[in-house]
Amino acid sequence: VGGSHGHGTSAPATDGLLTLNDSPVHRLPAHGKLLALLAFVLVVVATPSGAWPAYAAYAVLLAAVVALAGLPAILVARRMLVETPFVVFAFVLPFVATGARVEVAGVGLSRAGLVGGGTLLAKATLGVVAAIVLAATTGPRDLLAALERLRLPRVLVAILSFMIRYASVVSGDLQRMRVARESRGYTGGRAGHLAAVAAGAGSLFVRTYERGERVHLAMLARGYTGRMPALAGAPASAVQLLCCAVLPLAAVAVQVAYRATAAGQA
Amino acid sequence: MHVPDGFLDAPTSVATGVVAAGVIGLSLRRAEREIRESGPALPGLTAAFVFAVQMVNFPVGAGTSGHLMGGALAAALVGPWTGILCLSVVLLVQGLLFADGGLTALGTNITLMGITTVVVGYLVTRALLAVLPKRPHSVVPAAAAGALVSVPTAALLFTGLYAVGGTVPIPLDRLATAMIGWHVLIGIGEAVITGAVVGAVVASRPDLVHVARHLRRDLVLLDADGRATTVSPDRPDAVRPGRHPVAVGLLTALVIGGVVSLFASGRPDGLAFVGSTLGFGGSAHASAAASSPFAHYGVAGLGSGALSGAIAGVVGVLVTVGIGLAVAAVVRRRGGGPPDAARSTPVQDDRAPLAPADR
Repeated sequence: VGGSHGHGTSAPATDGLLTLNDSPVHRLPAHGKLLALLAFVLVVVATPSGAWPAYAAYAVLLAAVVALAGLPAILVARRMLVETPFVVFAFVLPFVATGARVEVAGVGLSRAGLVGGGTLLAKATLGVVAAIVLAATTGPRDLLAALERLRLPRVLVAILSFMIRYASVVSGDLQRMRVARESRGYTGGRAGHLAAVAAGAGSLFVRTYERGERVHLAMLARGYTGRMPALAGAPASAVQLLCCAVLPLAAVAVQVAYRATAAGQA
Repeated sequence: MHVPDGFLDAPTSVATGVVAAGVIGLSLRRAEREIRESGPALPGLTAAFVFAVQMVNFPVGAGTSGHLMGGALAAALVGPWTGILCLSVVLLVQGLLFADGGLTALGTNITLMGITTVVVGYLVTRALLAVLPKRPHSVVPAAAAGALVSVPTAALLFTGLYAVGGTVPIPLDRLATAMIGWHVLIGIGEAVITGAVVGAVVASRPDLVHVARHLRRDLVLLDADGRATTVSPDRPDAVRPGRHPVAVGLLTALVIGGVVSLFASGRPDGLAFVGSTLGFGGSAHASAAASSPFAHYGVAGLGSGALSGAIAGVVGVLVTVGIGLAVAAVVRRRGGGPPDAARSTPVQDDRAPLAPADR
């Protein structure tokens, strides 16, 4: 996996989470993208609550990146479903927060809760879309190389790489065990089926552990000496890194402009 | 329970990030020898297991199903340090690749779900193992109790973080009540699932359960003359339960109490929400917390500060240990027969947790 393969432009195919189209965002170095999106989200989080014009400007910036990356809106929208639990929480906030009340359609709502809920929704959505852009334009292997380049401990990167490599294998194991269990009548709908489901999970652990031991022995047989080979990431030029920095710098500019306007009004 | 971006303010997010990075660094150092022996593949695959098993729907009764968070389970199966690494890696992948949990909230999520649940689950499990009978099956109630305590503790810590860096003014006692009440329910589900999964592993490969390694029985060889030779199993960790199990348990309890009281004394109204927690811990009715005696006791009887926080912490520990011991006693009674009888028929004993599935 990894890298970007030229493919159709209208509806790009996907490989796991990565969309297989070639765009300027796909071509940027992974560690630059990771840092840029992290900085962008940090700027968003540091924005005062209720700064609606600033949030709108951030959203425009992020939408420009999504468009530049050629990500279909439907794909982004589908992956945003992960945010749902906190959308619910944001809608509850106006009812539970304290402070001055406002009447909306005959219901007394907390003004601070309304502002806070809206702010939470805006910031969380911007963060989720930023993460979606990263995952959709960067292959897992490039992401691992980026984390190694960002001085994440090598052992942690190695563990991470094995997890990503074997996640589909372990999920496949689990899937087969589920099919086997359900074909024996234990569909897992009732509490009486807990023991069967748990036995499946328990034996999945035993299988996974034993697989881990076999993988290590296979590595030793192939000359593993305790150091994983370095994941050589693609070299990054200064121009590319500057391109990455455009998004967070623009966000900083938006926030500075907003704070200056707000101070001027006050 | 994944915290998104913007839920806590930037300083709190950065601070939890620093805490998470520090603990992961410590875990890497403590697990170094183990990883050198087993290779990075084993913790990596264990992380993949946690990732996969979090997606399993477990039926937990009353027509509902639950998902596993897996902190206490990982602590019991692979130990605290590797467990922290596995959970952190899972959260890293969920945050970076699946947009589940914000990028800036990664430190918060790792601190809450990767570190707190593993550490609390491990400490409670070890404390209970110190007082339970010395056989591998004791791990099942111990790990279940660890899971039961770990989830509300993480919720409590979340409430504390929200008190420090929350972005919306929610009354803290109400937030704590809602969070703890909800997560006690989740914790019960977590306990049932964790106990069941650990039971399934102990039934087939008790040697793979990290916290049960020191509980393996000696191998007794009988030669033709009837002389017995005892061969002790490898004990990779020098984690013998010590001569005074109660003292070990109390020491662990004090550690937990210290953590809770530190956290409680960090807030002027700390005892109020710790008290409402205790109301939940002590009573079966979720709605009773608002009028719990501890909540009133804390507000009226004692001033705020470190002392009341420490008392609340210690009481909290005693309540949780009490619940754990009660669970253990029930399980022990249900197991039937004295430990000696079980020892003479080890094969059937090991099969016991699988019996319901065979039916």
